[in-house]
Amino acid sequence: MRLAIKNARIIDPASGRDSAGDLYIDGGKISEEFSRPERVIDAKGLVAAPGFIDLSARLREPGFEYKATLESELEAAAAGGVTSLACPPDTDPPLDEPGLVDMLRRRASAQARARVYPVGALTTKLEGERLTEMAQLADAGCVAFSQANAPLANTQVLWRALQYAATFRLPVWLRPEDAWLAKDGVAHDGELATRLGLPGIPAFAETIALATILELVRATGARVHVCRLSTAGAVEMLRAAKREGLPVTCDVAIHHLHLCDMDLGYFDSNCRLEPPLRSQRDRDALARGLEEGTIDCVCSDHTPVEDDGKHLPFAEAEPGATGLELLLPLTLKWAEARKLPLSKALARITSDAARILGVPAGRLAIGAPADIALFDPRATLRVSPENLKSQGKHTPFAGYELAGRVRYTLVGGSVVYEG
Amino acid sequence: MQRNPQLNDKGELQHLLSIEGLPREIVVQILDTAESFVGVTEREVKKVPLLRGKSVFNLFFEPSTRTRTTFEIAAKRLSADVINLNIALSSQTKGESLLDTVANLSAMHADIFVVRHASSGAPFLIARHVKPHEHVVNAGDGRHSHPTQGLLDLFTIRHYKKEFSGLTVAIVGDVLHSRVARSLIHGLTTLGAPEVRVIGPQTLLPAGVEALGVKVFRDMREGLRDCDVVVMLRLQNERMKGALLPSAQEYFKHYGLTSEKLELAKPDAIVMHPGPMNRGVEIDSSVADGPHSVILPQVTFGIAVRMAVMSIVAG
Repeated sequence: MRLAIKNARIIDPASGRDSAGDLYIDGGKISEEFSRPERVIDAKGLVAAPGFIDLSARLREPGFEYKATLESELEAAAAGGVTSLACPPDTDPPLDEPGLVDMLRRRASAQARARVYPVGALTTKLEGERLTEMAQLADAGCVAFSQANAPLANTQVLWRALQYAATFRLPVWLRPEDAWLAKDGVAHDGELATRLGLPGIPAFAETIALATILELVRATGARVHVCRLSTAGAVEMLRAAKREGLPVTCDVAIHHLHLCDMDLGYFDSNCRLEPPLRSQRDRDALARGLEEGTIDCVCSDHTPVEDDGKHLPFAEAEPGATGLELLLPLTLKWAEARKLPLSKALARITSDAARILGVPAGRLAIGAPADIALFDPRATLRVSPENLKSQGKHTPFAGYELAGRVRYTLVGGSVVYEG
Repeated sequence: MQRNPQLNDKGELQHLLSIEGLPREIVVQILDTAESFVGVTEREVKKVPLLRGKSVFNLFFEPSTRTRTTFEIAAKRLSADVINLNIALSSQTKGESLLDTVANLSAMHADIFVVRHASSGAPFLIARHVKPHEHVVNAGDGRHSHPTQGLLDLFTIRHYKKEFSGLTVAIVGDVLHSRVARSLIHGLTTLGAPEVRVIGPQTLLPAGVEALGVKVFRDMREGLRDCDVVVMLRLQNERMKGALLPSAQEYFKHYGLTSEKLELAKPDAIVMHPGPMNRGVEIDSSVADGPHSVILPQVTFGIAVRMAVMSIVAG
């Protein structure tokens, strides 16, 4: 379909463009201006940006269809303006075989919504003992390899995994958490966990694991993306690592950018997250780190959990929160609080994320795939179960009134969402 | 922060979930009401009709003999009907969820749920899901809170010391795992005790415990100096299995209360313990059975305090 988007405020962080104008789409790509389009979208008052790229969104297939399905979550992605997403390997079974990855990609592309990039398991069954067939998994479509939320306790295995991944120049995505120090913990080890009597996870569970990872990056030259930072100490270490020139990048989840352990209130199981919400000081350091670019991008860490998984005492509740539809509004909220221009905010969920994912998305250049989000930056969304398309309804942001509503989402030139 | 879930719209006690966040007046009201019940428990006919026709469900997801029994006695002395459910052995092993269990019991017309659960915060979850006329009393949740124990400790201290304003109170031992310690600390700070100390090895003190308003001592002798009240915490044998403590013997040497160490406290100091005691681990028999010990009166007062709590929430 030959389509024109007229009168938009076009923001393309990759090129630095922020100006009023029109976009033309032909053959699924952004094209030069042409006459007689088949459809014209009047985007007056809307921002046209590259479709958003989410580095962590759990779609729950295969294995957890009672929590969510590809259909429900890709609908949520479309409603959130997300056009590319990486899904972690912690499905059931985990994504540790090429056949599984292949099936997931086929089923996802049949939905014809967001582009789904599987992250393969670094070790078989995520058990942290044997390496997966990374090269073959990469051929099947895995963009990176990770342990998801199952930290690798055995540093010998971690070392070998990074060596092996480096051999094939495959990126490894690791959430830094020392398995022993985090064992049985459910909340940040601080005043709040002490008051609520919740077993704690100390901040140094993250920094000790990160120090190990950084040493192994030095030793192996592996390209490592550090996922879901939660502590000020880790931000500081990554600042130094980048200055040193190590091939590392990192991200933060929307929750840790805005919330801290005090938000647990009276045992709110919506705040049961991995990593745990930490102190205000940590949260502020994360927000600052994202601004200065030490933290490369922000992701939703979308994790649909069913009611039964959350209606439990805090420690027994399943970790995770829904997030695909909140990625844009919470990124805007962060930018507004720090008085940053819109284009800088959008860079963190478009061009910066595309660079880490290593895909040709996240920009509005002529010839680029027409993955586009059109949103009204001022219209607000009240976060409530009935307003969310995702099958996961649980989020610590329930009840928030957030600015930034997606009106149209295009993937490869097709309109996949209108709202 | 959400509204304190234990108070109703009028600021009255709807549930008793934790001492933290309770207004001072309510704590004093509970202690004063308990005072009036001490007389009842000493009469020949140990009953008052305050909860006649009401049903109290003792919902114990974790085994307990002492606390459950004292709640049962307290409810019976208020003329309530008491139903004891040892859930640890029944529905949970059949896979029924916590909220389903509560919904089923609620259908049997409960008025008060007395809840003990191994998971911190479980009574808060239950309180959010019960009907408006039902009340939840926390009988101990994980490491978080054991408010009736804290209140009976406060009652005992007030009974012997009259005022809180000049007191130095030391809490000794496994604060990390202790809901009793947390409840008592909040109670003491609410009633204005000027100095609350916690004494123990670093492995048994939770992170940032100072923020609760206590002074930390690693050396027991230093911490006991000039105390008015010494509260010994129970040390569970399983603490010796991990990396928290090397042995009961070494623990007793440094943190066990002996007559000799007690001499550092004020001459009229009282010694308390929530029970059950491990003699020779956290406390020496000569102290447990000695003139400073008020451990058995604590148990007696516990019944009056639990009567007070149940009569206030459901009365």
